[in-house]
Amino acid sequence: MSHYMRPQPVDRKFLTPGVIVLLLLAANGLAFLAGRFLFGIGAVTHLNNQYPWGIWIGIDVAAGVALAAGGFTTAALGHVMHREQYHAVVRPALLTAMLGYTMVAVGVSIDIGRYYYIWHPLVMWNGSSALFEVGICVMIYMTVLYIEFIPVVTERFIGRVDLPGALARLNAPIDRFLRLADRTLDRTMFVFIIAGVVLSTLHQSSLGTLMVIAGPKMHPLWQTPILPLLFLLSAVSVGFPMVIFESLLAARSFGLKPEMHILGRMGRMVAPLLGIYLAFKLGDLFIRETFVYLKTVNTVSVMYISELLFGVVIPLRMFLSPAVQKSPRLLFIAATLVVGGVLLNRIDAFVVAYTPPYALGSYFPSIGEISVTVGFISILVLLYRAIVLVFPVISLPDRRLSPASKYSVRG
Amino acid sequence: MKSQDRRSFLKTSTAITAAVAGLTPTTAHAGPQNILSPNRLGVLVDTTVCIGCRNCEWACKTAHGLDTPPIETYEDQTPFDRMRRPDDTALTVVNRYDSPAKPDLPITVKVQCMHCDHPACLSACIVGAISKREDGAVLWDTDKCIGCRYCMVACPFQIPAFEYHKAIQPRIMKCDFCTDRRDQGKLPACVESCPVEALTFGPREDLVRVARDRIRRAPDRYVDHIYGEYEVGGTSWCYLAGTDFGRLQFPRLGPNPAPGVSESIQHGIFAYFVPPVSLYALLGAVMWTARQRGGDEEEQA
Repeated sequence: MSHYMRPQPVDRKFLTPGVIVLLLLAANGLAFLAGRFLFGIGAVTHLNNQYPWGIWIGIDVAAGVALAAGGFTTAALGHVMHREQYHAVVRPALLTAMLGYTMVAVGVSIDIGRYYYIWHPLVMWNGSSALFEVGICVMIYMTVLYIEFIPVVTERFIGRVDLPGALARLNAPIDRFLRLADRTLDRTMFVFIIAGVVLSTLHQSSLGTLMVIAGPKMHPLWQTPILPLLFLLSAVSVGFPMVIFESLLAARSFGLKPEMHILGRMGRMVAPLLGIYLAFKLGDLFIRETFVYLKTVNTVSVMYISELLFGVVIPLRMFLSPAVQKSPRLLFIAATLVVGGVLLNRIDAFVVAYTPPYALGSYFPSIGEISVTVGFISILVLLYRAIVLVFPVISLPDRRLSPASKYSVRG
Repeated sequence: MKSQDRRSFLKTSTAITAAVAGLTPTTAHAGPQNILSPNRLGVLVDTTVCIGCRNCEWACKTAHGLDTPPIETYEDQTPFDRMRRPDDTALTVVNRYDSPAKPDLPITVKVQCMHCDHPACLSACIVGAISKREDGAVLWDTDKCIGCRYCMVACPFQIPAFEYHKAIQPRIMKCDFCTDRRDQGKLPACVESCPVEALTFGPREDLVRVARDRIRRAPDRYVDHIYGEYEVGGTSWCYLAGTDFGRLQFPRLGPNPAPGVSESIQHGIFAYFVPPVSLYALLGAVMWTARQRGGDEEEQA
C-alpha cells in the first residue's frame, strides 16, 4: 500500500436523484405498513391459513440474516485470524450487518400478529423450538453488533462533543463517558467479536432448522435434515461477495476508487467456499435421489436449477479467474450472482418449497408485501448512506498522513 | 441495550453452569408441558356412520361463541360442493366425498385438530404457548402467543388458523377439545350434538380397542386402518373409514412424531451448550495465536 488508508466520514451531499427515488419507495412502503397496523396483516398481505409465511419472512428475515453474514465472516477474517489488510472492509461490513439485523428485527416485529409481545421469547422459553433459538441469537447478536459499532461513534465524537445552548454544560461529562466507553471496549472487544462469530454460526444454521419441522409440507428438493448445514455454508460463502457487492456499489455511488487490492483478494476466497456449499448441495440431491424432481420443467425445478446454476456454479467459475479478480466490473457481476443466488435460495426454502396439503389457491406476494419489503431495503440504503457521511466507516486515503493515529482502525 | 445484553449473557452462563452441574436434560431445555398420560382421552370418528348433517359444526360454533346462522340453515347441501377447511370462523367442518362402492351414499368426514400425542405445534412454538394437557387436549395460551404463526407452518394437518383481519390481539384458532365444557362435566359440543353417534368420546386406549373390534366384526365395512393410531406418533382423535384414507384427503404420514428430526438437530447443536462453548474457545485460541504471530506477516492463499 503506497498511501495510508483510514476510515473517515465521506464528504458528499446526502440528497441526490437516486436518494429521492429511495425516499419515495420508503414512503410508499411505510404507507402500506400503516395499513397493516390499522387493519391487520390480512389487509395488506396475501397470507392466509394455507400460507402463513410469505416474503416478509422469506426475504426480510431469512434472506436478511443470510446477506448480513458479511459482518461475521469479515470479523472472523480481520479480527479472529488477524489479517490486518482486510481491516478496511471490516467497518463497512459491520455497518451493513448492523443495519441488516435491525431490518430483520423490524421485519419480524411487523410480521408477527402481536408485535407488542416481541419481548416474550426473552422470558418465555421453549428450548425445542428452532424459532426460539433463532430469535434469542438474533437479539443477542444484534446487541453485539451495536456494541462493536460503539468505537466508531466514540472515535467520531471524542474531543468534538459540542452541544448547543444550555446543553453545553453536558459536553465535558459526555466526553468523559465516551472516553471511558472507548477504553473499556478497547480491552474487552475481543469477547464481543468472538461472541458475534459464535452466535452467527448458531442462528445462521438454525434458520435452516426452521423449515425442517414442516416435514412433507416442504418440497423434497429443499426438505433435508442437512438444511441447517446448507444454510450455514451458504451464509459463509455469501459473506465476502456481499462485502464486495456493497463496497463496489458504495465506491461507485460516492465516486471513490474501489479498494480492488482487498476485494480481489477476498474474491479468491469465495470459490473454495462456494465449492464446499455446492458439494453438499449436490451430494444431498443425489443421496436423497431428489434429482427425479428436476426431470420435469415446472416452477420448482426451474427455481432450483437457477438458484444453483446462476447463484453457485457460474460465480464459482468466475471467482476462479484472475481476470475477474482484477476487474471491478466482473467482480461486481460475480458477487451479485452469489448474493442473488442466496436470496433466491431463501425465497425458495421459505416460500416456493412450501406446499400446504390443503391449498385452496397459491401464494404470490401482494403489492403491499412487495412495497413494504422494497421500502425496508430503501430505508436500509438511506441509513447506510447517512451513517457513512457522518461516521468514520469507509476507509479513504488519509490526507493528514498520521500513520500512528490512535484510532486508526478498530471494530 | 447494554444491560439487556448482560442479562442475556447471565442467562446463558447460568444455563451452562446448570448443564455442567449435571442437572437433568429437562431443566436444560425447559419447555411447555407435554404429559402423555395413559388415561388421556380422545374421540373416535366413524366416517361410515356420519350422515353429514353438520350439527357438529353448529354446536361447535355455538359452544365457542362464534357467529353462526340458525341450525335449520345447515340442511343446505351446497357447502359440500367445495372442500372446506377449519379456520378462524369455524373450528370444525364436514367435507363430502364420493364413495367408489356406493355412488348414492357419499362419505362425509369431520375435520378438526387431531390433538397429537407429540404435537409439532407444541415443539415449534417460540414462546411455548401451546401445551398438551394430561387429558390429551392440545391447548393454545393467548397470554403467551406472539402471533408468529410458526405452529401453522409446523402442523402436518394444517389446522391452526390465524385471525388475519384483526390489528390487535389476533388469535390462533383451533379446536380446544371443549376443555371448558369438559371441566364442567359436559361432553365436547360436537360429540354431544351428533345424532347418530358417529363420534365416540372416551379414553384413547379404549377407543383404539373399540375401533379394532368394529373392524374385526365388519371387515367388509371398514378398511383395516385406524387413522391416528400411529400417524405422527399417534393422535387423540382417530378415524375409521370404508375406503382408503388417501381418497378422503387424509395426509399420508409416517409413524414418527412430527417434531422428531427438528428436535434432534436442535438438541444436537445445543447439547448442553457444549458445541457453542467449544467453538467460542476454539475461536479464542485462534485469535490469540494469530495476534501472537503478528497476524499477517504471512499471507495465505
